[in-house]
Amino acid sequence: MEEVGLLINGIYLKVPQGYTLLQAAQQLGVDIPTLCYHPELPSEGNCRLCVVEIGEHPRTRLVNSCTYPVEPGLNVQTHSEKVLQARRITLELLLARAPKAKLIQELAAEMGIHESRFKSEDPYELCILCGLCVRTCREIVGVSAISMANRTPGKLVTTPFLEPSDACIGCGSCAFVCPTEVIPYIEKDGKRIIWGREFELVRCNICGNYIAPMAQLEHWAKLTGEPVEHYFVCRDCR
Amino acid sequence: MMDVERLETILTQYEGYPQDLIPILQDIQDQYHYLPKDELKVVAQRLNVPLTKVYSVATFYKMFSLVPKGRHELRVCLGTTCHLKGGQRLLESVSSHLGIEPGYTTADMQFSLETVGCLGSCAQAPVMMVDDKYYARMTIDKVTKVLKLYKE
Repeated sequence: MEEVGLLINGIYLKVPQGYTLLQAAQQLGVDIPTLCYHPELPSEGNCRLCVVEIGEHPRTRLVNSCTYPVEPGLNVQTHSEKVLQARRITLELLLARAPKAKLIQELAAEMGIHESRFKSEDPYELCILCGLCVRTCREIVGVSAISMANRTPGKLVTTPFLEPSDACIGCGSCAFVCPTEVIPYIEKDGKRIIWGREFELVRCNICGNYIAPMAQLEHWAKLTGEPVEHYFVCRDCR
Repeated sequence: MMDVERLETILTQYEGYPQDLIPILQDIQDQYHYLPKDELKVVAQRLNVPLTKVYSVATFYKMFSLVPKGRHELRVCLGTTCHLKGGQRLLESVSSHLGIEPGYTTADMQFSLETVGCLGSCAQAPVMMVDDKYYARMTIDKVTKVLKLYKE
């Protein structure tokens, strides 16, 4: 494996080629705040919280560390004044976007921001449009039941035509991965409700506990090639 | 009910690759004056792309519409130059002639009115477009004349 040598905060290190600046920094133990980054998902660079400063003074610029690949000899600053300033503004904007989101409040407070100078369109908004749910549904679950729709300022995550989706298997991965817990997910009385669709939960043949919706079991069966009956027994009883 | 044949004549012009999505949507928009839901579902199936992708694209671009548009689409430019040259007054005039606000369609489905950021013809401001024809150096007096050309 070819290695690339670069400087992060003045410390020289070698990382495999193809690493992102974020991965390199993590290897060094440098903590860069992230919101839309997930190690299992392709990076999209939506939140811009992970910006770092690259290049030689005075010709430096800010780039998303989650999408920028390592370059030989690159000089990276992860906590320079320019970077911190950019992160503070990003957090202020995110705070204006989703004032009630706990995670955003916490991240902002860490940077000493307790309120935003920017006007909030919707004081109850929680979604920060990081796209983790959309990417999880597409890349991990593999069904692509939700996506971004419209263009900012009307942009939102939704199922096609805002209707219950046929593609959705009711797995709830989107709600699970959501950093601000905005996706409504209800599970009670043997039913799971998500994205406006109601799923009956299948009971375990042995212990009788609820496992998952039929659509999800069928999806597992399709992925593994096992007959769907294989999944009528919950993991604890198997 | 969906007109299968009508959609088929559009789809057969393409080879059915995912990258044909936008050209196909443009053709549907041209012919139907909007993107009907059932047709979009067929397009998704045929190109083997998720319906979410089709919906994302269809709602992202301003040239696509999910609600029916009029037979003629009017675009009044409100770019910087047109704005300085009285684009807003031109818009108000067109709007009151048609009896609709920008973004809406007349009840007889003849005209839709939209505003745009720039039509790339600033030297001839203020500019408006009807379908694919430019009307340059517009005045409020000319509005009646232009609209008459398209009225049944």
